[in-house]
Amino acid sequence: MSVLVASIAIALALAILAYGVFLSFRILNFPDITADGSFPLGAAVAATLIDHGSVAGVTVGPWTATAVATCAGAAAGLCTGIVHAYLRVNVLLSGILTMTALYSVNLMVMGRSNIGLYGKSTIFTPWERAVESWAGGGIVPIMGRPVPAGDVAAALLGAALATAIGVALWLFLRTQVGAAMRATGDNPRMLRALGTSTSFTLMVGMGCSNALIALSGAVFGQLQGFADAQMGIGIIVLGLASVIIGQTLVGAGAGIGLLIAGAVMGTVLFRLLVAIALRMGLDPNNLKLITAAVVLAALVLPGLASRAGSRLRWGAAR
Amino acid sequence: MLQLRDIRKTFNAGTDNEVRGLDGVTLDFEPGTWTVVIGSNGSGKSTMQSAISGTFGLDGGSITVGGTDITAWPEHRRAHIIGRVFQDPYAGSAPSLTVAENLALAEGRGTRRTLAPLLRRSRRAAWREMLAEIGLGLERRLDDPIGLLSGGQRQSITLLMATATAPKVLLLDEHTAALDPRSADQVIQLTSRIVARHRATTIMVTHSMAQAAALGDRLVAMHRGRVYLDVRGADKRRLRVEDLHDVFAQMRQDDRLDHAALALLAAEYA
Ligand SMILES: Nc1ncnc2c1ncn2[C@@H]1O[C@H](COP(=O)(O)OP(=O)(O)OP(=O)(O)O)[C@@H](O)[C@H]1O
Ligand SMILES: [Mg+2]
Repeated sequence: MSVLVASIAIALALAILAYGVFLSFRILNFPDITADGSFPLGAAVAATLIDHGSVAGVTVGPWTATAVATCAGAAAGLCTGIVHAYLRVNVLLSGILTMTALYSVNLMVMGRSNIGLYGKSTIFTPWERAVESWAGGGIVPIMGRPVPAGDVAAALLGAALATAIGVALWLFLRTQVGAAMRATGDNPRMLRALGTSTSFTLMVGMGCSNALIALSGAVFGQLQGFADAQMGIGIIVLGLASVIIGQTLVGAGAGIGLLIAGAVMGTVLFRLLVAIALRMGLDPNNLKLITAAVVLAALVLPGLASRAGSRLRWGAAR
Repeated sequence: MLQLRDIRKTFNAGTDNEVRGLDGVTLDFEPGTWTVVIGSNGSGKSTMQSAISGTFGLDGGSITVGGTDITAWPEHRRAHIIGRVFQDPYAGSAPSLTVAENLALAEGRGTRRTLAPLLRRSRRAAWREMLAEIGLGLERRLDDPIGLLSGGQRQSITLLMATATAPKVLLLDEHTAALDPRSADQVIQLTSRIVARHRATTIMVTHSMAQAAALGDRLVAMHRGRVYLDVRGADKRRLRVEDLHDVFAQMRQDDRLDHAALALLAAEYA
């Protein structure tokens, strides 16, 4: 039970990453891999600010730190967007450039390769206190099993954040700007003919996407209690796994709202599978290999299945 | 209204497959007129439309609309004065957006996109009415993704979208070529109604000689990136399908003469 709640808490923090990846890959149709740099950027900025506690004499609370981290992610995304849309560098390469540059930026921000947040007050702390006082101690019994109050608080705040941001994203995609972004991924030529610059929508979209990804990194870092320069490796594949699994769950033709909900479900499902696999003795070092294999399978299998299906139907017809 | 002054465009200049897409075209389109453009494949009809809508920059010449020189304007800046419909019925709308959302995006043509909701309930009645006019029962499908509609249905909506903000210039590039005869007919009827209503300066490219003979008040034939024939008024009204076939025969004849002359020259200097 404890593992289950902790996994869900992690999944909900990563669901925000899934939103960001959903926005770039699925909505803008832009294979952006800046995430590998902007996710740890979010964690690094938030952890550094929380660790210092104040900047130039002004106290910085954990929420302010998280907000600043989100803005840093937006800036990173804007960089990728500008490099691609205005400097006309290839899509993948522009992401790789920003991601690589961010590795150094993250080290610069932190001043060392990792920052621990042990004993610091994070966005989770008040929630933990609240759960503790409600349960009358550090342990919450759920379905008869003991679960640490910290995990329960993390899952609750994670759920609140994932829901609020999911709804905000859904509303945003129904605004004029949001719909223009959807059209950018769908039919950029049409959007230009309608007088909207697709360079601009791409740039803003990349900013929003990486703001979400950095926010996820900031939340995830506070949840784990540390930020690490290495924590971004393969994060884009993780986000993709969530989005693709979610899309398989709700159907590719589903509306925006369902796809957003699917991204959350995909993240949770994937996290639970990972938790089970680790429980059964999977070496954590193999996790990225497995993640890549899962994404590959999720990408390829539906196509293979429908081809096999049509072959079967063919056979039946003849 | 719309003036093309000696516009030129060479593709792949300086390479082996250099192509003169536009080789000095000068045309003056009167406000509210409907010009039909014909010509064989590769004669520069689409290139002329792309030049007007600003898909690429010109190598020479200038384009003015209502006295304003728009030669240097990027495509999206010209959008509020120019509506365009392509041959591909899938090119003009975003498939995963609903019919209503596509119409709403088109109505915001040329304006700054804001954080206001795209769909406004107050527009729905007007959209239904517009769609009902097409006569394909589309008024009931406002909230379907437009990707679910047929090519003919989508092309009809694209036409509505292109004229939603009453642009001064309407460019139609073989916009019925990919449709079955019945759908093509419906789209042509819709085109006639819309052109009559909006009084947009319309330039329609077609390979259908029947359309070219029956529609519009001016006919331009293009050949090798140049204007080969330009007929209007009573002369245009007199044109029959057979006359247009003769024009094509004449253009082919000229080509043969050109080739013969080239061969002769080559032989001379060999
Ligand atoms: N983007 C491009 N790059 C290179 N060549 C091009 C490009 N666009 C057009 N061309 C060339 O310019 C010439 C004119 O093309 P255009 O598309 O204007 O012909 P068209 O009259 O529209 O023909 P069609 O009836 O086949 O549509 C052709 O030789 C074509 O190959
Ligand atoms: Mg053409």
